[in-house]
Amino acid sequence: MGDILQLVLKRLGLGVVTLLVISILIFFAVELLPGDIAQAVLGQAATPETVAALREKMGLDQPAILRYFQWLGGALTGDFGVSLISGERVSEAISGRFINTLFLATYAAVIAVPISIILGVIVALLRNTLFDRVANVVTLTSISSPEFFLGYILILYLAVKTNYFPAIASLSTDMSFGELLHRTFLPALTLVLVVTAHMMRMTRAAIINLLASPYIEMARLKGVPPWKVIVKHALPNAWAPIINVVALNLAYLITGVVLVEVVFVYPGVGQLLVDAVSKRDFPIVQACCLIFAATFILLNLAADVGSILTNPRLRHPK
Amino acid sequence: MVPKKDVLLEVKDLRIEGYSDEQWIEIVHGVDLTLHKGEVLGLIGESGAGKSTIGLAAMGFARDGCRISGGSIEFDGMELTTTPEGDLRALRGSRIAYVAQSAAASFNPAHRIIDQHTEAPIQYRIQKRVEAQEDAMELYHRLRLPNPDEIGFRYPHQVSGGQLQRAMTAMAMACRPDLIIFDEPTTALDVTTQIEVLAAIRDIVDQFNTAAIYITHDLAVVAQMADTIKVLLKGEEVEEAPTEQMLDAPSEDYTKSLWAVRSFKRPQKERPTEAGSIPIVSVKNVDAAYGKIKVLDDVSFDIYPGMTVAVVGESGSGKSTTARCITGLLPPTKGEIQFNGESLPPRYQDRTKDQLRQAQMIYQMADTALNPKIKISEIIGRPAQFYRGVRGAELKNRVDELLDLIELDPAKFYNRYPPELSGGQKQRVGIARALAADPSFIICDEVTSALDQLVAEGILKLLDKLQEDFNLAYMFITHDLATVRSIADEVVVMQRGKVVEQGAKDEMFTPPHHPYTDLLLSSVPEMDPNWLTTLLEERGTDSIGEAANV
Repeated sequence: MGDILQLVLKRLGLGVVTLLVISILIFFAVELLPGDIAQAVLGQAATPETVAALREKMGLDQPAILRYFQWLGGALTGDFGVSLISGERVSEAISGRFINTLFLATYAAVIAVPISIILGVIVALLRNTLFDRVANVVTLTSISSPEFFLGYILILYLAVKTNYFPAIASLSTDMSFGELLHRTFLPALTLVLVVTAHMMRMTRAAIINLLASPYIEMARLKGVPPWKVIVKHALPNAWAPIINVVALNLAYLITGVVLVEVVFVYPGVGQLLVDAVSKRDFPIVQACCLIFAATFILLNLAADVGSILTNPRLRHPK
Repeated sequence: MVPKKDVLLEVKDLRIEGYSDEQWIEIVHGVDLTLHKGEVLGLIGESGAGKSTIGLAAMGFARDGCRISGGSIEFDGMELTTTPEGDLRALRGSRIAYVAQSAAASFNPAHRIIDQHTEAPIQYRIQKRVEAQEDAMELYHRLRLPNPDEIGFRYPHQVSGGQLQRAMTAMAMACRPDLIIFDEPTTALDVTTQIEVLAAIRDIVDQFNTAAIYITHDLAVVAQMADTIKVLLKGEEVEEAPTEQMLDAPSEDYTKSLWAVRSFKRPQKERPTEAGSIPIVSVKNVDAAYGKIKVLDDVSFDIYPGMTVAVVGESGSGKSTTARCITGLLPPTKGEIQFNGESLPPRYQDRTKDQLRQAQMIYQMADTALNPKIKISEIIGRPAQFYRGVRGAELKNRVDELLDLIELDPAKFYNRYPPELSGGQKQRVGIARALAADPSFIICDEVTSALDQLVAEGILKLLDKLQEDFNLAYMFITHDLATVRSIADEVVVMQRGKVVEQGAKDEMFTPPHHPYTDLLLSSVPEMDPNWLTTLLEERGTDSIGEAANV
């Protein structure tokens, strides 16, 4: 077990280093953007004096390196500075919306992950049958369609024509949990459709890849029924690639949902980011990017640990 | 005449087809086979003879890409070719069981050994889990596995190859089947481990009076195990006879050629005696380690020009690691490698092109050692170009010349790709690739162990001829003592990273030996059907396990 702990700590350390490198990239990429931030905030009509005054107030007259460390130091304590537009603290502007994004991602994941893995197992069992082909065509179609298109199709058929679900996923604080699930069902379903194909096909491929193994033939020659060959003998050895593709899709659910949030007017981080970019609200852009990067790194770390834990050679050393 | 009621398995005119190049091609052409209760039938032949395919067909099973296309398979009154898949499945594991070639690959790495053992008895509701586990331990006892009450609760990677092979035999016995198919169960094992497994299999088959089909390419092994031997060639029966008769008086030419295959032997060469002659390769007090694990301990030996030094030992004894040290792939932690009296840099990156050129390698698996997407002419031409700067028309001539040397027709093979070649032809290309660099020393790492005996003999003869023509020195890594006997001049015996004995071949094969050399030599199966019985009596049955751990 000591070996595993060591491996996990090593991965964690690497994750921290990666995050540090990304923070440098994010900070200086924003620095490199053309135009002056103070000028942009104040607009074309501002006098040079007011611009200079604002620059000083924002600390822009100090060297970039110094500002980077100030920013990083603040970020470590959860202080990302103040929004240039609203004057609100960035941490407050983001926190509520990040929880919304996490909620939607979890909602979609809770539906999508079990469905894709179960479907993946079934299509591996029924490989090269009609069911396999139909499942492949349907999931591939959904992954190939742009998500805003999927979103509008769902709105058309499940909201506008039938009125089953609301077309706009607006939230209020006094809703019950059931009401919340009902209102956010369409964006969640859109996300499910987008990520299912990838995970299902990976599950199928990972299992089929193992079917030529001698231990699978052995199981068949012991008279083990086909479904049990897949579930008991192939699946436990296929977890590593499956976990990795699941982690990748979970990260996508958190960081890649901008379009879906816009379509359903859902108050998540994605929308905030888009707004901030168009208004040049850099503290918010930087904070969002850093959170997204941390999410990616954390999920990949979780996938690494998961793969390690499913490997019997590492779990039960000699 | 044995009464009909004792017949367990009767196969008539069995035909099996394999799918390749978008068409079905017959690979087993009408084989008959009769097996009585408690009888052991040996199926023997080279690769491609259809042994495994026939063995699996006896379970009503055809691998993906194969189908049983004709004939009948009657098992205990049941016609398997027309039995629905569900009923066939009910037969497998319960009445007919299978023991695969590589137990390490055939046990599922994700489950404990005993859980895989009890799977069939629980599924067939023969036993409850606890009973099945107790029965498994009882079988482990009988098969003389160490710690029989505990070993099943380990995962396959925690158990050695020979033990796994016995555990797999125990698993096949779980439902006390009427018939077990043994598909080359000892081929992947060292000779010393092979004996334990052979003895265990023979005992348990006797004890439960189980009938068996024993598939192998090794005549000496089948002689110990089978009551009757059937020789197969390219999906057809050559002949069948009781074991003694088959060994003493084979009637077909093909069988005789199989029997005579070990006849190749060349006279032993002596080290040059004149003063001033230096070894071409000298391994001096080399230690090596993988991470913290020390794998070589003070290894020293010399190889003189034009001579063959065989390095023998079980798997894990450090043979291939020594080769890695010589080639510079694994820098030694202590000691040095000398070439023509000069010390070589430990890492291959620090060696000159000429130093690299002088020492070449030929690998065990020609299948994986040749890039399948590159033409033969390029595989052979590249080292000639890289080391010798040969280009253009001259390069083509050089490749033609090399193909001639390895006895492959340049006109036919120049533009072909490795997958189009047979195993022996691929190994010849591997030899030509090594020769293309004009080396003076070649490391041959188990070059014949993946080949059939007749093909292997051809490769050995070719290597011998090339040695004469170019005064090559060979380091011949092998675990097969018959190969050593036929081509070595000197022998180095390794055990657990140490050289335990070395000297001229004829001396090594004459007693007295180092106890480990003795164990290795006496463990090589002989054609005498009573060899195993005699050997076990000599060693004392209970000491087999310990003997292998000397």
